[in-house]
Amino acid sequence: MILVWLILIPFIGGLLSWLVARWNVTAARWIALAAMFLQLALAVGIWITNWGAIKLAGRGPWLIDYRQPWLPQLGISLHFGLDGFSLLLILLTGVIGVWSILASWRGIQERVGFFHFNLLLTLTGITGLFLALDLFLFYFFWEVMLVPLFFLIDIWGHERRHMAAVKFFIYTQAGGLFLLLGILGLYFVSGKGSFDYFDLLGTPMSAVMAMWLMFCFFLAFAVKLPAFPLHPWLPDAHTQAPVAGSVDLAGLVLKVAAYGMIRFMIPLFPAASLHFAPVAMTLAVIGILYGAILAFAQTDLKRLVAYTSISHMGFVLLGIFAWNELALQGALIIIIAHGISTGALFILVGMISDRFKSRSLENMGGLWPLLPSVGGVWMFFAMASLGLPGLGGFIGEFLVLLGTFKVSVGFAAVASLGFIVSVIYSLWMVQKVFFGRPSHTEPVPGLTWYEWAMMASAIIITLWLGLYPQPFMDTAAGSLLNLLKGTARVSSLRSPVLGTDIETPRLRLLLVAKYHSRLRLIGSFGVCPQNPIIDSGFILRPYFGDSYRNSLATQVGTQSETGATLSPEFRCQSPKYSPALMLCPSTDNPEKRDHTIASLPPSPRRERLGVRGSRGGRP
Amino acid sequence: MFELLWLIPILPLAGFLVLVLFGARLPRRVTAYIGVGTVGVSALLALFIGFTFITAPPPGHAFSQTLWTWLHVGTFAPGITLYLDPLAVVMVLVITVVAFLIHLYSTAYMAGDEGYARFFAYMNLFVASMLILVLADNLLLLYLGWEGVGLCSYLLIGFWYTEPANVRAAMKAFIVTRVGDTALAIALFLLFTQFGTLQIQAILQRAPGMWLPGSAVAIAAAALLLGGAVGKSAQLPLQTWLPDAMAGPTPVSALIHAATMVTAGVYLIARTNTLFTLAPPVQHLVAIIGAATLLLAACSALVQTDIKRILAYSTMSQVGYMFLALGVGAWSAAIFHFMTHAFFKALLFLGAGVVILSLHEEHDIFKMGGLWRKMPLTFWTFLIGALSLAAFPFITAGFFSKDLIVFEEWGSVEGNPGLWTVAMIGAFLTAVYTFRMVFLVFFGKEKTKPEPRRDWQMALPLVVLAVLSVIGGDVDLPRTLGNLPLLTDFLRPVLPDAPLRAGASSIEPLLMIASALTSLAGILLAYFLYLRRPVNVRRAEHGNWLARYFFAGWGFDWLYYNLFVRPYVWFAHVDKHDIVDAFFNLIAGMGMQYHELLSTLQSGKVRWYALGIAVGAVIVIAILVLT
Repeated sequence: MILVWLILIPFIGGLLSWLVARWNVTAARWIALAAMFLQLALAVGIWITNWGAIKLAGRGPWLIDYRQPWLPQLGISLHFGLDGFSLLLILLTGVIGVWSILASWRGIQERVGFFHFNLLLTLTGITGLFLALDLFLFYFFWEVMLVPLFFLIDIWGHERRHMAAVKFFIYTQAGGLFLLLGILGLYFVSGKGSFDYFDLLGTPMSAVMAMWLMFCFFLAFAVKLPAFPLHPWLPDAHTQAPVAGSVDLAGLVLKVAAYGMIRFMIPLFPAASLHFAPVAMTLAVIGILYGAILAFAQTDLKRLVAYTSISHMGFVLLGIFAWNELALQGALIIIIAHGISTGALFILVGMISDRFKSRSLENMGGLWPLLPSVGGVWMFFAMASLGLPGLGGFIGEFLVLLGTFKVSVGFAAVASLGFIVSVIYSLWMVQKVFFGRPSHTEPVPGLTWYEWAMMASAIIITLWLGLYPQPFMDTAAGSLLNLLKGTARVSSLRSPVLGTDIETPRLRLLLVAKYHSRLRLIGSFGVCPQNPIIDSGFILRPYFGDSYRNSLATQVGTQSETGATLSPEFRCQSPKYSPALMLCPSTDNPEKRDHTIASLPPSPRRERLGVRGSRGGRP
Repeated sequence: MFELLWLIPILPLAGFLVLVLFGARLPRRVTAYIGVGTVGVSALLALFIGFTFITAPPPGHAFSQTLWTWLHVGTFAPGITLYLDPLAVVMVLVITVVAFLIHLYSTAYMAGDEGYARFFAYMNLFVASMLILVLADNLLLLYLGWEGVGLCSYLLIGFWYTEPANVRAAMKAFIVTRVGDTALAIALFLLFTQFGTLQIQAILQRAPGMWLPGSAVAIAAAALLLGGAVGKSAQLPLQTWLPDAMAGPTPVSALIHAATMVTAGVYLIARTNTLFTLAPPVQHLVAIIGAATLLLAACSALVQTDIKRILAYSTMSQVGYMFLALGVGAWSAAIFHFMTHAFFKALLFLGAGVVILSLHEEHDIFKMGGLWRKMPLTFWTFLIGALSLAAFPFITAGFFSKDLIVFEEWGSVEGNPGLWTVAMIGAFLTAVYTFRMVFLVFFGKEKTKPEPRRDWQMALPLVVLAVLSVIGGDVDLPRTLGNLPLLTDFLRPVLPDAPLRAGASSIEPLLMIASALTSLAGILLAYFLYLRRPVNVRRAEHGNWLARYFFAGWGFDWLYYNLFVRPYVWFAHVDKHDIVDAFFNLIAGMGMQYHELLSTLQSGKVRWYALGIAVGAVIVIAILVLT
């Protein structure tokens, strides 16, 4: 029930605020603020009370589960669930929600009640999205989030708000239609008559069908994320939205897409996602570089920050499709850190444009002496944006690239160029606003107490994420590992979690899989005499994303030179992905190892990939 | 005793925090106490810990202290861990002591500046980052320090931010070094993927067992590390940022762009020396890069007119010597030269700062002259620094450290006469450009009237650094003179000796005499060219295309501008409105067009509708009939 309250609090707060605003505008603001504070407090309370459960391994990732039938004839239920991953996003929602109300404290003077109703309804939708475990419910909240956001942009936006609002709506709605299509498709393919997440997980279907459905989900989320080339709505929407809208968009709405991919798209269609990964990762890398270059090109400050979001979200997309623990934890940290730091940057832009009545870089320069504290804070978030170690963004980007490097050196290397281009736009932004010859000389009001409060909280969270992100990672670890385990076939094939430090490998076990029509070495580990039994982590959990019919179960047992019996069990669903075990005698020499791999036939069947060398036998 | 290690980087960091949060409200005196005091206490602690380390080394010649585990994902668990071994001791001592002296100097140098607190805040942050860099136990923490010093360098180059040129120089420095940093980041990914850890000692221990010498992966790792090193240390091909970095206040140039940060690359390579030993082609490349930078920068220094730019090119050139030493495996010789260079180059920069301040921000050496009478202390200390830089034989620290490198180029197994020749030519050029500067600034006719400064805060660092520039060489006396290699012995647990060729040590005295004579010859030539008959040379310098080419830093700025900056800016400019957006707008526009087109059909005129129905009916019937 507490989960329902998480959703209801902003909703009720929004309604109340709308009503009260007829009599007292300030009271309406306070009500909205109180509602978001209450939600944040509730989320923090859940975090603290569940801390023990989070740290406790083996209890399963789900902390709170709530299920009530809604439309049982159609298999739709009010199913909400909270695990560490969604908890972190709820916390982010709380923080960003409080900020967005404070950020519009002075700026919004028209139709205050309706503004707060829309704002809080958006936050309601977002909260619901992070909790929904019923796909229909998920889609419902998707729309709940979308419509009020449209009004926020269209009514309270800047000079070209109508165009931006319509553009935003059409893009997102088009994406949303694909999401609906994907959800309905999955519903009918599964034939279970249920929209429940857990009922739909592991639905057997043909590879082609999986690909189409996955693609529907991907389109919806890629628009929202946004991934190159579906991003053009974002600069307009960010630029034209009121400050609170921009903060919500950057801080939360984009994150919904990342959440959707991690929670729904990949677990529902692991094999198809794996197949699609090279395409998605290419888009991610292009997005990283393209967003950064275009950020540098902008002269409108808000537009500049908007394009940086495209660049950062590229890292998230890359991490998601790399799909291993490092990359996912990294993506999660970016999600939080980017929400905080970009939210703060939008608030800062709001402060600057409030005080100087302009967002154009052409009209700025040399503002440091007038607003040294804003300059300092701005510099801080510019550094967070370019990925300075010690701040949140760096940890995320580093982990994503580290995880990606394990999967693909090429993607990681090219994405690393993002480190260079992000410096260019970040420094450019600081330089054009604060350095150079002074463009304004008349003094402007300093920061108010709530502006200080927002900036201080943003700085503290960013430093916390950068210097000791462990609490966040621990919170999410259980859920992320569970998701990885659910798609074990994919993850194990892509980057097996292989043994710890083995000092003197006598024997090297190579795990080979055919991946995108090329034979690849996907992992290897040594077997040492002291510890001959291979860790059970090596056994691939049976998971059937494609079809039972094509599945094969293989047992490979062999006698190694150390006398240990190796019996890893392999199950996989189609010969296309068939992994094989290969034993190579004592290959500490990487060149030799590479040679062994390279000498394999280009398109081998599983049978040909038996045990190499003279030792060991096959069943 | 060693448990206090964490205080060494934390104290300046605390100073930074205090100054950043309350700096605007603190009186200048308090600001100075905080800024200098924190670094001073760090230096004292470092001396104390260093002394303890030398007299009673901890077991295994290393002490490590974990403050907390930074993050922990799967097997990836880098800690905020400090690691003190002989190499770190030397680095920490040099950094804290030199930084303290420069901070002290800055209290007088920056006295009139309105950004007083901001200056000390940045400087303290720099010292903290630099200390974290050299004390880091894992490469991720090292990377934090590495980027931290880059940030401070950026902030301090652009310290006087109202001047657009300064800000541009700052940006250039950050971007160019970031190119190297990115290579370093990729090296980290590679090393982690290979070893499953980023702990430096673990990597160094496991690498020889896992990689064959000369294997592709070892070469890739070493090359990427080298990429990081050349960026930070302003070596070819990422050297272009350093001369422009002189836009910052002079103490900044002394601390960051001479004594400490630019040698971070040298530290990185020395620290990961095992990986370079496993990749002989890359190690050879280190020597070649060092040699090329050494000559390039020395030639450019020869024709500069801005006193700070001369020193900047000289720094590049001297770091080139360190790379040369690293390239032949003479790791400790590189660290030795790092140490003496930190002393004498900081001294030269601080002396130049006094000159510049006394001449009211005059940087052009051709507008200086005859200062030695008016500013005797500055002159004598500057002269000692210059002698040390020019490797004046037998009394200066620079001679011992440079001679060791020159000898290793000949004598070590990896060395060869080619590298030795380059080192000798470099030594000659160094002496020439150094004394060109000395003669033009302090001798000859007085061209600008100085108003000498007499602050003790500026005098004391000059004297201390001058003393260090002389006695600093005595910590590692060569075989031929005393044979007391204290520093090399001290560093041996971390930095192995470079194996010598057979018979190399027998000709060591000969080589030493050669390099001593080279240095003297260079000084003599400078005397003849710039003091005896200065007019002709100056004319030649101005008219000669080669001199102009050297002056412009061999055209690298031009090349990079046209190769990278222009296409980037061009693309950004052309695509400012996002071609992708245009594509989607086209679709939207087409939708509108069709809408217009179709809506004209709805004209409200019945005869058109009738016609439409008739034509439609005909077509439908025609289709039905004909198919």
